[in-house]
Order: sequence, then C-alpha cells, then structure tokens
Amino acid sequence: MEDDSVFAIGGSGRITSNPLLDQLPSYQSLLYRRKSSSVKSRGSLKGRLSVSGRLNTVNRLEERQKSQMEQRAVSELPFPMAEKRRHKDQRMEERKDLSSCRQWREGASRYMKRLMDDAHSFLSSMKLWRSDIHQIEGMFGTGILSYFSFLRFLVALNLIIFLVMFCFVMLPMILDPTPRNVINNQHQGNVCRTHPRTTRRILKNYHEHIVDLLSGDGILERTYLLYGFYTKDEIHFPKVIYKLPLAYLLATLGYLLLSLLWIVKRSAAGFKRHLIKDEDRFQSFCNKIFAGWDFCITSESAAKQKRNSLLYELKTDLEDERIKQKMADRTTKDKCRIYLLRVILNMFVMGVLAACFFSIYVATTFSQNVENRKNKVNFIVDLIYEYLPSIVITMANFVTPLLFSVIINYEDYSPAFEIRFTLMRCVFMRLASITVLLYSLWSQIDECREDPCSNPKLCQCWETRVGQEMYKLTIFDFIIILAVTIFVEFPRKMLVKFCDCRLAKMWGLQEFSIPQNVLEILYGQTICWIGTFYCPMLPAICTIKYFCIFYIKKLSLIKNCRPATRPFRASSSNFFFLGVLLIGLILACFPISISVAQIKSSQACGPFSKYNTSWEALPAAVEALPQSARNVIYFLASETFAVSFFVVTCLAMFYVIALAGAHKKVINQLREKLVMEGQDKRFLIQKLCQAQSVPVAKSAPQLHSPSRQSPSYHTSFSSNFNEAVVLAHSPPNSSTHV
Amino acid sequence: MGTTASQLAKDSLSEYQELTFLTKQEILLAHRRFTELLDRDERNHPNPRVPMEVILTLPELKSNPFKTRICQVFSTSEDKDGSLTFEDFLDLLSAFSDSATLEIKSHYAFRIFDFDDDGTLDYGDLEKLVNCLTGETEDTRLTSEEMRQLISNILDESDIDKDGTVNLSEFQHVISRSPDFVSSFKIVL
Repeated sequence: MEDDSVFAIGGSGRITSNPLLDQLPSYQSLLYRRKSSSVKSRGSLKGRLSVSGRLNTVNRLEERQKSQMEQRAVSELPFPMAEKRRHKDQRMEERKDLSSCRQWREGASRYMKRLMDDAHSFLSSMKLWRSDIHQIEGMFGTGILSYFSFLRFLVALNLIIFLVMFCFVMLPMILDPTPRNVINNQHQGNVCRTHPRTTRRILKNYHEHIVDLLSGDGILERTYLLYGFYTKDEIHFPKVIYKLPLAYLLATLGYLLLSLLWIVKRSAAGFKRHLIKDEDRFQSFCNKIFAGWDFCITSESAAKQKRNSLLYELKTDLEDERIKQKMADRTTKDKCRIYLLRVILNMFVMGVLAACFFSIYVATTFSQNVENRKNKVNFIVDLIYEYLPSIVITMANFVTPLLFSVIINYEDYSPAFEIRFTLMRCVFMRLASITVLLYSLWSQIDECREDPCSNPKLCQCWETRVGQEMYKLTIFDFIIILAVTIFVEFPRKMLVKFCDCRLAKMWGLQEFSIPQNVLEILYGQTICWIGTFYCPMLPAICTIKYFCIFYIKKLSLIKNCRPATRPFRASSSNFFFLGVLLIGLILACFPISISVAQIKSSQACGPFSKYNTSWEALPAAVEALPQSARNVIYFLASETFAVSFFVVTCLAMFYVIALAGAHKKVINQLREKLVMEGQDKRFLIQKLCQAQSVPVAKSAPQLHSPSRQSPSYHTSFSSNFNEAVVLAHSPPNSSTHV
Repeated sequence: MGTTASQLAKDSLSEYQELTFLTKQEILLAHRRFTELLDRDERNHPNPRVPMEVILTLPELKSNPFKTRICQVFSTSEDKDGSLTFEDFLDLLSAFSDSATLEIKSHYAFRIFDFDDDGTLDYGDLEKLVNCLTGETEDTRLTSEEMRQLISNILDESDIDKDGTVNLSEFQHVISRSPDFVSSFKIVL
C-alpha cells in the first residue's frame, strides 16, 4: 500500500483512509510536490483514484504542475538526492528527442552557468575578513555580525572615494610637468602685517613636530593633505590642458553621488521587504519565532546566550502588548499628568542640548582665535587648545546618552518605543554637534569678510583651516576609540574577573551595545564626507582608521564584552545602519553646497583662487564648450525643462500610488475570500464525515489524538472541531450561499 | 552511486554541483568532514551511513536546538533513525547554503518545525518550537499564559484561512515577508 501521506510518518500507516477526501485538489497538489514526477508514480496516483473515476481537474492540475517543475532547475527541487538524480535523468531523456542544435545550446548554457558559479565563488573567497566574520558569526550570531559587515562596507566605500579623488585631483598634480613653487605664494594677498611664522624656522622643536602632525599644521599644510596645496588653475600636459578647478568640483560631486547610489543600492533589498506590507510591525512575532534561531552559531555559550536573549525578547514583547492594553485604559487625569511631565522633560532635554551646542560654539571660536596669541605656553596646552572643539564634542556625546536613558524612564512610554526614541535623540545629538561646529566656523569666516586681519591665518586660506579641523576631528575620534578600549574596557574586565566585591559583580562586563558603536562610526563617516572637499587625503586616513577599528572592536568583543541583553536583529540593524548613514550623507551635502555656492573662495590658495565662488568653475567650463553642447546644457537648466520634468514626475508618482492602493484593496478582498473558502471547506468536510457516519464514528476518538499516528493533512481540520457543536449551529454564511 | 574511499570522483563532483547549490570547494570540504566522521572500516564501504549520534558531534550542529529534527528530515534511511549518507549530508548543506533559494529553505524549515510530521504546524508544534528556542529547563520556559498569548499572536499573523494551523503555503508566505530568515537559516562548514 503506497504511502500517500504528505510527509514521512513515524508510526504505523494511515488510520483512516477516506477515498472521497483524498480526491480534494489541494490534497493532491501537496502529494504531487512530495513525489517525483516519474511515470511510475503518476500511474500509481491514477490507480488510487476512487470508484467515481478521474476528475478532469486533477489531470489538468498534474499537467500544470509538471510544466512548472520542469522550468525550475534540478537543484531547486525539494527532494532527496536520489530523486533529483532520477528527475535529471528523465529530463536528459526528454532532451534527447530535441534537435541537436537545441541540445548544443542547452549544453552551452549549462557550461556557462558552471563557469559563472566558479567565478562567483572565487570572488567571494577574496572578500576581506571572511574568516574573521565567520568566527564572530559562530560566536555571537547575526545581530552583532551586521555591525562588522557594516564596517567592511565602510572600508570599501572610503577606499573608492579616495580612488576617485586620487585619480582626478592628486594624480594630475603629482604628474604635473611644471610644479608651482608653493612657498612663494604664501605671502600673496597678504595685506595684514603678520609676525614671521614660527614654522619657517629651519630647526624646529621635536614637540612642535608632534603638534604639527596631530593638528595638520605647519609642514602638512604644504603637502597633498590639504586644499591649500592645490593652487593650480591649469595643468599643462604635453597633449592636453587639464582644468584642475573643474576636476576638483566634479570629483566632489562625483563622490557624493557615488556614496548615495551605493548606500541606496545596498538598502534596496531591506526597504523592499519593509514596504510591501506596511501593516506588519517590522519585528513581528512570526519573524522572531520562525527566523529566530541563528543556525550558524557554533559555540555552546553563544547558544545559551541566544536562548536567554530570545526568551528576554519574547517576554518583553508580550509585556509590551499588555502595557499597550493598559495605556489604552488610562483616565484623562492620568493622561494630562503624563503629557505635562513629558513636556517638562523635553524642555529640560532641549535645555541640555542648547547648553552643549553653546559650549561647542565657544570652544571652536576660542580654538580658532588662539592662534593670535603670541606666547606659546607649553606644547601640551597648545595641543589641548587645538583639540578643544573635538574634546567638547566627545564629552557632550558621552554624557548625553546617559542623560537620555535616565530621563526616558520617567516619560512612561512602551519599552520598544523607549529604545527607539532614545536612539533618535542620540542620532540627533551627534549630527547636530557637527552642524554647530560648522556653523561656528562659518561665522568666523563671515567675520573675515568685514575684517580680513582679525584672524589672518583663517582669512587667508579658510578652506585649509576647515580641512585641518576635520582632520583633527578624525584623528581625535580614532584616539578616543583606542583609549576607551584600552583604558576603560580592559581594566573593567580585569576588575570583574579578579575582584570579588559585590559592586564589581553588579557592574558586570561591558555590553557590546550596537547602537552606540554605530553612532560613533556614523559620526566619523559624516566628518569624512564633509572633510574630503577640504582635505583630499581624508578618505585614505578613514580607510586605515576603520581597518584598525575592525580589529580593535573584534578583540574587545571577544575578550572584554558580553552581548547585549536585548539583541539587535540583523535585518533591522541593516535598516538602521543604512538609514542613519543616509541621514549623515544628506547632512554632509549641506555644508559642502553652501561653501561651494555661497562663500567666497580664498584668493591666496586652492584651485578656485581665480573664481568668486567655487561653483563658478562649472559655468566657466560650460562657456568653453562648443555652441551645440552649450545650447543643450542651457536648455536642461532652463525653467521650461524643470517645470515639465516636475509635472511628469508628479503624474508618475500619482499613478503609482493609485496602483498600490488598488492592489491593497484586492489583497484584502482575496484574504477575506480565503477565510470564507476555508470555512466552507471545513463545513463540507464535517457534513461528509457525518454522512459517512458509522466508519468515521468508530475512528473518531483516534482522530482527536493526533500525535504520532496522525495521518494525512486534511483530517487536522476535523480534529479541530467538536462535531456536536458544529451540528448544533446553522452553517456559516458562505459566499456560495444564495 | 556513492563515494569511494577517500577520493571524490570528478564526474560525481560535477554532478553534485549540478544537483545542489554548493560550490566545488564546499563539496570537497563536506566530503573531507564526512570521511572524518567515519570509522576506518566504514571508509571502504561504497555508501556509508553515519548514525545520528555521530553526526550530532559536528560543531555546527552540536549547539543547535533543532539538531535531531534536522537529521530526521534529511535522512533517507528506511528506519527513520536520522542516519545520513554522504548524499543526505550534501542535501543538508545545500538547503542551508548561502545560495539556496528562499523556497527551498522555507520548505525544509517547515518540515523541521513540524515535530509531529502531520503536514501542518498546529498548537503542539508551535509550543514545542518555542520551547526549543527558549530552552528546555523549567526556569527558561514561558508560562502557559504567555505561551497562549504568543501562539495566538503567531496564528493571528500567519494563519490566513483561520483554521488554527499553519500549512506550508501560509508558512512560505509569512517567511517571504520575514527579513531575518535568509540570514539566520544558514550553516556554513
């Protein structure tokens, strides 16, 4: 007797065989997916049909599914190896009947596919840090892994940005046959009386070298590092004239656009899944249960940790639901009290933020103006003055998250919302501190317009100063990450391990908090995007920085940290990382566009010294083009084109929105229909079993104990119902009922 | 067509490449790891079958709460004892590999989660599933009230025809919307 239940069963065979129910098309389709498509089993299938003969629908179903299966590759069939082999042999047999030309084509396509697979596997084996990431995955699961693959992505991104700047800006300068003597130009345009620069001395102090290296000053001003070095209008190669200002501007626009495209491409997959059905919460219960276990975990302790965190997550989510229920039951008096409390706390938060921003502003203006002081006290104090903005920003970014996490406890939100809201506040704080820094620099540069001698170093070449500021921020960020790992996390681990006092045990090991780590990275990357315009070598420095940070963080994770109690899921991590990165990129575009289009470029240095603003290099280049090209570009920039393009885009958008609305309606209707059909079917099965009264009644008790001996799938319907209850009520209102 | 003692024949290698999602290196690595599990005398057997207890000593499976179910699902033995031949092992790795399609993964995930092998995920299956995920000991389980709430939430989200169970199509539908599944349902040697 052929085993025709859908899945291999463990006990004795089927208990009830209801020949009528076996003809249900849905049951037949499940059977068909299990068995292979060989003629033998098809024959046996036909043999099993009941006395009432074949149903035509069943035949048609078989044909359609056979053709569907044929189109899929053999490897995609969910059968064991022996059956796949049989399937493949059968297909080869059928192919022999085809013409030789088609045969050759099939063989060639198979060969090409194999070649592509080999190339693909070769490329993926060349991926950076493959074994390290595999090790982390095995020890900690996919949540923390997403942070490290994010780091890898940033290394690649920064490397590409550096290559763009190198090829279009630095390489022509390096290959320049007539290099300009930079030193002579320093005094051009210098109308103010300045004291002889201490950096021009031949023999310098060892201390001053270190200060110079760390602040991008002195000798570094005259290297490829900073904007001020690229003071060339045109580079005359043997056959071609290379316009450096245009190249510089276009390279800047190019790397911003490239970053945007790459980030959007990378996040496209995640967005698509998120936008398809927006009613679902992003981290639904099904996602946690069915996709909850990381099958790649190999260590026992990590498995235990994963179990604990899953348990914690589930309990918190269930409590979330209960709290939401409770919140809906709040009285008006309660609500007023809570809203008042929230308003007060938010005002307090804004006050704290305003204080931080003001201190950043003061620190930046002080640091810029300290150059004018004649007496250099001490090299350490000098260094502190140079790094004052960085120090203030880092301290503010360290204190505010702690403050936010304390405040949020009093605001009485649901736990999931609390986490998200705190995170949003931290993101805002990080990005706003960069904005305040740039604003204070901008106000300084504005002062230069009125009084060029108030701050000679800034006013002569403000781009270089901004570049130096960004360089200092990057270096300091890296030093802080290194210092925190060595001087805070490592001693903490030693303390917890070797000290037996209760305080140490309560404090515990450092948690590897993914959000805070990602915000650090985001901060560094935003600085890099803004700073590359003023400091073309910054992307290379950032590449090296992220390269080192990978190993530092990996070591810290393995040796010092325990994973967070409430885990960050891999999918929402990717969404979060790329989302904040996109925000950082958009933020970075604003200062660059303002400085390119509005602020007057310095006359004494840089490629744009001949132009009023940096943007003017582009129209000047357009003027030099032939007439036809010029007309095209003028047309593209004219109002007619812009307005019509805008109108067409709006129409397309409205069409797509309407289409999506219509699809949604259809989906809802189909869902309702499906529920109704299911009810119909259950009702009919009940009636059928009733009509076949005696044999079914005898085996009815066995039906209700499914366990090991439960046979085919459709009886699970009947086992869910109490027959007496169904009989007592009238049949459900079905769509087929007239 | 099994494997000879220590070498994998070239034509069977290319056949396995065609029938599974694994690359050549992955198949060779799998062959090496599989032969390490065999005894000396078993290695000369044309088609050796490794018992479940030995398979479960692999580090990739040792800490997995679903290890017995995985072996049972991929086993082609007559006694349903979870023992695997080399080809079963390749099928296992293929379904869990990086390049396997979502459909294959969700199909096998459904079979793994279907503890009583009846073709649907009913209350008992889901309860066993949650207990596997959270741990088997008394203090790591959810209370029965929480379990009931959790399973009713799951069924709310996935049971489209409202029959109280999740069948294969509903499971595949909910998995296609789950963003974590592809990255977590992966075993790489």
